[in-house]
Amino acid sequence: MVHNSLPLQWRKYPERYYLRGNYCENCKTSFFPQRQICPNCRRKGKLVEKETPYTGKIVSWTEVSVAPFGFENETPYFLAIIELENKVKILSQIVDSKKEKIKTGAKVKKLFRKISDIDPEGAIAYGYKFKVVD
Amino acid sequence: MAGIVGYGVQVPLRRITVEEIARVWKKDGKKISAGIGVKEKAVAAFDEDACTLSVEAARKALETAKIPGQKLGAIFVGSESHPYAVKPTAAIVGDAIQASPELMAADLQFACKAGTAGVQICLGLVKSGMIEYGLAIGTDTAQGRPNDALEFTAGSGAGALIIGGKENEVIAEIQDTYSFTTDTPDFWRRQHAEFPQHAGRFTGEPAYFKHITGAVKGLLAKIKMSPNDFDYAVFHQPNGKFPKQIAKSFGIEEKKIIQGLITPMIGNTYSGSSMIGLCSVLDIAKPGEKILVASYGSGAGSDAFSITVTKNIENKRAKVPVLEMIKEKEYADYAEYAKHRKKIKGL
Ligand SMILES: [Zn+2]
Repeated sequence: MVHNSLPLQWRKYPERYYLRGNYCENCKTSFFPQRQICPNCRRKGKLVEKETPYTGKIVSWTEVSVAPFGFENETPYFLAIIELENKVKILSQIVDSKKEKIKTGAKVKKLFRKISDIDPEGAIAYGYKFKVVD
Repeated sequence: MAGIVGYGVQVPLRRITVEEIARVWKKDGKKISAGIGVKEKAVAAFDEDACTLSVEAARKALETAKIPGQKLGAIFVGSESHPYAVKPTAAIVGDAIQASPELMAADLQFACKAGTAGVQICLGLVKSGMIEYGLAIGTDTAQGRPNDALEFTAGSGAGALIIGGKENEVIAEIQDTYSFTTDTPDFWRRQHAEFPQHAGRFTGEPAYFKHITGAVKGLLAKIKMSPNDFDYAVFHQPNGKFPKQIAKSFGIEEKKIIQGLITPMIGNTYSGSSMIGLCSVLDIAKPGEKILVASYGSGAGSDAFSITVTKNIENKRAKVPVLEMIKEKEYADYAEYAKHRKKIKGL
C-alpha cells in the first residue's frame, strides 16, 4: 500500500511529521491540510506555511470495529475529530488512552507513530496520532 | 566548556511483569523477579519503534534545551533495533523534529552503548567548533527470544541528550570521557536473525564487569579523581543487580545509584539504559554535584563520563521527571504483549 504511493507519501512528510499547514495573513485563518487558495479571501488571500499547534481537544469520536484494509489487526480503535488550538479541525487515531477518557472536550496531544507497516520489505509510513492528556 | 544543554526521555505506556512472563513458561516468577531485580518491563506498542521513541525523546530534549530543531548540526541515533537494516533512523528523526537539511547524521550500533558513543561524537564535534549543537539518542525496542532469560528484561525506551558548548546554556558539563573496548563474544545478533544470541559464560565477569571497570578506572586515573568524589553514579543496567554489584566493587554507596537505576521498573532499554538513568539524575541533581556514568555494550565496550551539574540546570529541568513519567502505565498480559511485539505468526 505504502510502496505503491511513495511519491505521494513523501510529499506529505511535513504534514504528517509535524503538522505543517498554512495560514492566511489577510483573514488570519489557519488551514490543515494546506490550501492552495484561501477559501475566504480568494485572490486577496496571502497564504504562508505554518505549523499547527500539537495540542487541542476532541470534538467528536467513534470506536472502529470493522477496519479498512491494513488496519484489521488494530480493531477496536478510536478515531476522533480534534480541534487544535488554532481552531483547525483534524481527523486522527487516538492511542495510548483509556476508553473512559476518550470523550468530547478531552484534551489531546500529538504523538509521532507508525501509521502503516504491513509490508515487511516495504517503506514504513510514519505520522501523527493523538493521545488524551489529563 | 562543553556538555549537556537539554535532555529528554520516552518510555512506552505498556508494561508486562516478570511474573506474567514466567506464568506462561511455568517458571517461578517471584524468584526470577527477585533474582534479576526487575519487576516489570516497558513494551513498545505495535505502532512504536526505535524511531518513534527517538522522535518523542528528542522533542522533549529540544524543549528543555530551549532551542529549535533547526539549530542542530548533528544527530546520531544509537540502537540495536533500528527499524531499517539500511535507511537511517537519524534522517527520519531529523525531519520529524524539523532539523535543517544542513545536518551531519548517522545511525550507530554498539549493542547497549551506541547512545553514549553518540554523546562522545557530539562532544568532539562541539569542542572542535564544527557544530554548535549535537543530538545523541540511545533508543531500543529490545526483543528477547520467547522463553529465553533475556525475555524477562528486554524493554523499550529512549534517552536523548543535546550537547552544546555555551557556558550560559550547559546544564551539566562533561569534563572528560574514556572508553575501554575489546573483542568479546558475549552477545550478538546476526543480520536477518530476529533474536540475539548470548553466550552464558561470557556474560558478567569477562564482559560487563571487566569493561566497565576498565573504563571507569581509566577515566579516574586520567582526571585524578576517586569513585567517592561523585554524588551520583549511573551504570548500564541489563538487570537490577549488576549495577549494584559494580557500584559496590568501586566502594560507591548504593544510595548514589538509586536515582539512576530505572531498569527494575521498565526493563533493560539497551541503548537507552544508561542515558535514561542519567536523565533521571539530571531531574534532581543540584548545581556543583558530580555524576559518574558508565555505559556497557556487548561485543564489548564501555564509555565512562565525568559530569558536573551547573547552575543552569535550575531553569532547564524536564517538565515531567523520569520517575514521574513511568508511573503512567497500563499492564498487558502475555497474549497482548505477543500481539504488540509481533511475536504471533502472521503479524
Ligand atoms: Zn484569507
